[in-house]
Amino acid sequence: MSYLRVEGVTLRFGGVHAIRDLSFAVTQGEIFAIIGPNGAGKTSVFNVITRVFNANTGRIIFDGQDITDVPRHRVVDHGVARTFQNIELFEGVSVIDNLLLGRHRFAYGNLFAELCWLPSVQRNEAESRAKVEDIIDFLELAPYRNSLVSALPYGVRKVVELGRALATQPRLLLLDEPASGLNPEEARDLAFWIDDIRSDLGITVVMVEHDMSLVAQAADRVMCMNAGQLLAIGTAREVQSNPDVIAAYLGA
Amino acid sequence: MRFSYDTSYYDAQRILRYRSDWMSYGLLLVALMVAPWLLPAYYIGELSYLFIACIASLGLMILIGYTGQVSLGHAAFMAIGAYAHTWFLNHDWGFLASILSAGALTGAMGLVIGLPAIRVSGLYLAMVTLAGALLTEQILGRWKDVTGGYSGVSVPTPVIFGIDFGALRPFYFLCLFVLAVVLFGLFNLMRGRTGRAFVGVRDSEAAAYTLGIWVGGYKVLAFVISATVTGIAGALLAHHLQFLTPDGFGLTLSMELVLMVVIGGLGSLRGAIFGAVLIGLLPNLISKIKPLLPTALSAQFGLETFVFGAILAAFVMFEPTGPNGRWLKLKALFETFPLYRRSTFRRGKAYMHSERYR
Repeated sequence: MSYLRVEGVTLRFGGVHAIRDLSFAVTQGEIFAIIGPNGAGKTSVFNVITRVFNANTGRIIFDGQDITDVPRHRVVDHGVARTFQNIELFEGVSVIDNLLLGRHRFAYGNLFAELCWLPSVQRNEAESRAKVEDIIDFLELAPYRNSLVSALPYGVRKVVELGRALATQPRLLLLDEPASGLNPEEARDLAFWIDDIRSDLGITVVMVEHDMSLVAQAADRVMCMNAGQLLAIGTAREVQSNPDVIAAYLGA
Repeated sequence: MRFSYDTSYYDAQRILRYRSDWMSYGLLLVALMVAPWLLPAYYIGELSYLFIACIASLGLMILIGYTGQVSLGHAAFMAIGAYAHTWFLNHDWGFLASILSAGALTGAMGLVIGLPAIRVSGLYLAMVTLAGALLTEQILGRWKDVTGGYSGVSVPTPVIFGIDFGALRPFYFLCLFVLAVVLFGLFNLMRGRTGRAFVGVRDSEAAAYTLGIWVGGYKVLAFVISATVTGIAGALLAHHLQFLTPDGFGLTLSMELVLMVVIGGLGSLRGAIFGAVLIGLLPNLISKIKPLLPTALSAQFGLETFVFGAILAAFVMFEPTGPNGRWLKLKALFETFPLYRRSTFRRGKAYMHSERYR
């Protein structure tokens, strides 16, 4: 049974086709990887799902609901969270505040109560903090809790961004090149975390990734794209040995 | 070295967390309470003006420092607050009803000026606000029935529950009280959901969207809150000036407000206060040290402007985060004493955003 269904999506910028009539489905509780050469349209798929861009044609169905036309800031309410290829953290504030921002949709909105810091706001704030501390434990971010993001090394920033996405309590997590710029040790930790996210937190994961060892280790199924089109879909081994995929990468 | 021994998440929410905080803020409060009896009359008036400047600076900080939207026309909001308050008072409204209505009316004007903020940002937004300010100044000059035009309008003294607050000391405490209330409210707002969302909009709109933050809505909300607070400052300024003319709310005042916010340290309420105090007191300070200089130097034309500019330039060059940044560094030095690293506050420039979705 398919959880996320992308049906016949096309995305054009003028004459350029970023995505060409793409259809695929992701089942609940799976780790699904998207690979492909640069410019294949992998990130564009994420951008269409999270409504950064409007698809020209096609539908996106998540958990039985059509999310093709929901407003951009409402996508997260459907349980979809994402990270970005070139880290989009809030650099001027601490790690804690970044993670608390992930809890934005669970916080109370009454302006007057906030102005006076009424007990309801205090309680809500403490609950958010407790949830965020769970994520800090899970991702081993405790040493960096109060550091400014702008003072953190790249690898830690990647993890903070993952934590922020988790703080929204998603059911579907879109990771855009989670291992890019990480050293081998950090990449290995990441593979375990992704597996834990699926098995302990029950979150379905879709990731765009170039690191084939991570893909082979973590992903259940792999989809290869080229020039906005689907080339092959299957296990990591099947896709890697597919002649079309080899041709796309080597340009044969 | 300082460690926090919080035993619950409520402990982390306390405003004054350590004994040293209680001490320093307690001393500040006592100093502010006895100041009107120790200082000459001139300085009591100056301090009242300083409190008003602090309120306006706090209002602008919400917009520039927290939401990252530059307004070059905030004097217009002060003007609207001042004139509305005066008009209400002249039509026999009570002081409280009048100042709150003036704040609300200015907030509504903030909504009108803020709506374009959804579409334009950066320099273009600065131009929109600048145009709004110039327009406001013209309207104030022409709309004689309400504003008295260029010949001006006099402001009634503030009377609250039958008590006259127009004299020097009562007005000082009135301004201090309003500043305290505004600071408390904004502090709460900025440490909670709304303030975090503002910072989210400032630092990365793309990420803010994915977390469920309605970027356009928060941009306009920042304008409304900022305008309301600035309008309240304007209402108090009306009493300080006692006579309103449109040219008192020109470009110079707008620029001074922007200077306060930028020099004080963007993105912190403490910075807004520091900035207002620095910009507000600098002219006084310069005139104080002037007699100490040799005659050849002190008789020089334009000395005040030169020293003023030199000090501001020095801040931009050597401490771009302003007095607030220096304060945070000093605090970090004492709190982490043997382990302090200078690089803690160095901003990482190595990682550029190459791919911005707006």
